[in-house]
Amino acid sequence: MRAGFLLAASGDVDFMIHGLFKYRLFGQEFWITTTHVSILVVMLVLFVFALAANRTMHHAQEVPGFFQNIVEMIVEMLDDMVEKSMGSYAKKYRNYIGSIFIFIFVSNISGLFGLRPPTADYGVTLPLGIITFCIIQYNNVKYNKFGAFTDLFKPIPILFPINLIGEIAVPFSLSLRLFGNVLSGTVMMSLIYSLLSKFAVGWPGFLHIYFDLFSGAIQTYVFCMLTMVFTSQKMPQES
Amino acid sequence: MDGITGKALVLACSAIGAGLAMIAGIGPGVGQGIAAGYGASAVGRNPGAKGDIMSTMLLGQAVAETTGLYGLAIAFILLFANPLIGKL
Repeated sequence: MRAGFLLAASGDVDFMIHGLFKYRLFGQEFWITTTHVSILVVMLVLFVFALAANRTMHHAQEVPGFFQNIVEMIVEMLDDMVEKSMGSYAKKYRNYIGSIFIFIFVSNISGLFGLRPPTADYGVTLPLGIITFCIIQYNNVKYNKFGAFTDLFKPIPILFPINLIGEIAVPFSLSLRLFGNVLSGTVMMSLIYSLLSKFAVGWPGFLHIYFDLFSGAIQTYVFCMLTMVFTSQKMPQES
Repeated sequence: MDGITGKALVLACSAIGAGLAMIAGIGPGVGQGIAAGYGASAVGRNPGAKGDIMSTMLLGQAVAETTGLYGLAIAFILLFANPLIGKL
């Protein structure tokens, strides 16, 4: 018997994005990939949940039932989180932060349900990072006016390139952090399932709890938290 | 050393390079450990502020983790999207 027989991968270790359907648009080739499918599933779940929540809250009762309780808990938790780190500016941003929180969280834990998490595709996390970058720079120009540009030359003008890189690196570090964490979880799980195919029964559940639930929740929290911290840095501090 | 094709050599060196890139994991490990240690001592001194300390600690740890993830990204690129093979 070959040494290391137990650890030999039976098939290909499969965690890559697959193209499912090819089409041409403006002379370019585009692919519908597994990421699109899983993002569609996530969106459908969120849509159904939103419809159900909307219906429940229209017939809200004094003593909340089971589902109404859950919805109120989620909304209160998100509102609290935004309020804590943005103070009086929270009103404008709780919609956006709440939406991306729920979207990223459901995407991250979709690995539990057999999907390939959409956030394990750099094409999903980079746009999220770029939206954050746009919000940061919009607030920078709105509140600091021309200071948004002159701040780059502080404290001494020679630091201009470093300050510029520091501003531009924000979306990349944000998106790479989310992408890397979710992708490493996905890769670990698929390695375990394909290398220990016969022995991976039941006990990888613990690893799922760590890699999908715990890591996913932490990274969601961190992404939203960093978005809020960077944004409120550019706003005038309240006394 | 006969019979080693250029492609095999590039693949072998890429595998070694991916392993070397993951040495970057040392830094975030040390950094996160230090942050967690100070977080624990802060909670010990002031248990009332546990929530704030937790969120600050998690934020700092996430930022410290970034450098490790850059290493991870390079390792993944070398293993699964190798740009060097195309240069042969």
